[in-house]
Amino acid sequence: MSQGISTAHSVVEPTSGTRWFAGVVVALYALVTIIPLAWIIMTGFKTPADAISYPPKVVFSPSVEGYCNLFTTRSRQTPEYIASLPPANGTCEQIAREQKMVVAGPSNFVPRFTNSLIIAFGSTLLSVGFGVMAAYAFSRFKVPLKDDLLFFILSTRMMPPIAVAIPIYLMYRELGLSDTRLGMILLYSAVNVSLAVWLLKGFIDEIPREYEEAAMVDGYTRLQAFRKVVLPQATTGIVATAIFCLIFAWNEYAFAVLLTSGEAQTAPPFIPIIIGEGGMDWPAVAAGTTLFLVPILIFTVLLRKHLLRGITFGAVRK
Amino acid sequence: MADLDIVGVSKKFGHTAAVSDLNINIASGEFVVILGPSGAGKTTTLRLVAGLESPDTGQVLIDGRDVTRTAPALRDVTFVFQQYSLYPHLNVYDNLAFPLRSPLRKNSEDMVKTRVLEVARMLRMEDKLQSPATKLSGGQMQRVAIGRALVRNPAVYLMDEPLSSLDAKLRNDLRLELKRIQQDTNATMLYVTHDQVEALTLATRIGVLDHGQLVQLGTPKQVYQDPSSVSVASRLGSPRINLLPREALPRLDLPDVVKTIGVRAEHMQIQLDATLASAHAVARVARIERLSDQFLVHLRLRDLGGREHALIVSAHPGHLAQPGQDVAIQILQSLSFDARDQRVRH
Repeated sequence: MSQGISTAHSVVEPTSGTRWFAGVVVALYALVTIIPLAWIIMTGFKTPADAISYPPKVVFSPSVEGYCNLFTTRSRQTPEYIASLPPANGTCEQIAREQKMVVAGPSNFVPRFTNSLIIAFGSTLLSVGFGVMAAYAFSRFKVPLKDDLLFFILSTRMMPPIAVAIPIYLMYRELGLSDTRLGMILLYSAVNVSLAVWLLKGFIDEIPREYEEAAMVDGYTRLQAFRKVVLPQATTGIVATAIFCLIFAWNEYAFAVLLTSGEAQTAPPFIPIIIGEGGMDWPAVAAGTTLFLVPILIFTVLLRKHLLRGITFGAVRK
Repeated sequence: MADLDIVGVSKKFGHTAAVSDLNINIASGEFVVILGPSGAGKTTTLRLVAGLESPDTGQVLIDGRDVTRTAPALRDVTFVFQQYSLYPHLNVYDNLAFPLRSPLRKNSEDMVKTRVLEVARMLRMEDKLQSPATKLSGGQMQRVAIGRALVRNPAVYLMDEPLSSLDAKLRNDLRLELKRIQQDTNATMLYVTHDQVEALTLATRIGVLDHGQLVQLGTPKQVYQDPSSVSVASRLGSPRINLLPREALPRLDLPDVVKTIGVRAEHMQIQLDATLASAHAVARVARIERLSDQFLVHLRLRDLGGREHALIVSAHPGHLAQPGQDVAIQILQSLSFDARDQRVRH
């Protein structure tokens, strides 16, 4: 096998020049996308003054003030009162006192962030769960009006979801779902389930029926065969779908602004309105944004093996 | 082990009849091979027995029990598929153990282990038990697939061209192994193939299926020697049976209904003397094909109307016919068929 046309240049293998060029393009693209992100992370560690200085500072002395402001509320006090207090315990208290303030209590960031986690993961679970069952049914059974139903499901994504904001707002007010976590979970699930059905149907179509049929002959019911054979085979597709659903639910802003204001408010509407004395508290906003990126990052990194295979939409078999 | 009865089973997909009015009785321990071209309804027949399809009419009985409406899991059959034969997310051990771990059977893990090791030994796969299914070669995969069928002694084994995706040597090895296993376990087998060698070597009886209908069912010898129609006759035998219009062989004395004459290559003799009085026909040698143990002499036979017919005769080495030469043909045995390609017995 070693002889043959080894001296000839292969038509499928890229040349070193092509590789080098591709490398430069990828590096440039990565740089362009990473700059805003890097800027946000940097801003999170600036003081409010550094954050709005002109020209912008690239070199600055880092401070955790932004993170302190994100997690706490503070109140201004007279110098006499501050002087009468015992020495500050904790960095945040220290920073607050330098500005003639004391920490009054925790901010709403943690509860808002928790809401985001519950709503995003809850709705992802729900949409993928319903999605995989519907997709299996569409893929395997003779469903009456199958094509029409599939089109109908897809058509729910043909307009931006916010186009139906007003009816949903009114409906939610009537049903008492406004500003509840359940309401938001249901809403995001409803939006995502169409995506989930379509994506997962593609993945399940790729799984040969013979696997389940073999399992059914081997002594399993269809449901057991689904659980033991189809689900493990569809892992890649399920993970890819889950990541898409999670990213939508996690980042969703418009409905969150409209339907949540207190109890169930998620992080996206909360973060940009963190106001300090005399205007936006940019370091705190940047700190919130940085933390907001972390869960998706963890989720994606943990599941990246599946994601990379999943993005090819079932093109890789076996 | 159990007997299997397929009684008047028909199945349509849309307007296409996949199987029509099929009747087969398979006795316990019998190895029945269903032979037919693709699209003849072979796979559908197996799927109907397995319960993966339900018939429009008719009944399937296993050991006398009507299972026509029974779920596949409860029929106590096993199915070896042509491909996609193993669960790709499991290793060999778990693949073999899968049927034994069915909630229906309630086997203890110890029993599962004993049985899996037993079957792995029989298939000579003991050293591969921990390999993922996807890391096996095609032959190993199919061996494990057959093992998954053997692991639980079902009433009936159903096999859908289990060897067709393998290379020739492996196919031969596994064919022999299958026959041996079937004889050892005295299993009832319904085996589908389009390969006549498999059919002839494995079967106790062969059923020939064409367009969803069982055209003949009999021992390999019966089906080969006494085919009921042109399609059956041409399905078995290599080289294929020679089919000639009656006009091509006017010297044969046959009833008027006979329109087509079938002559197998080994049922003819070539005589170098083309003027031989006892010859049934004279033909010209087109070329000679040398196989290991015989020659296949390709002939051109010109009928009275001047049309040429191709003919293959098998001859032993040492025959001296040369391409271009005219030779006499003597027919030792022939099969007659009527205008509808049905056998005429006379």
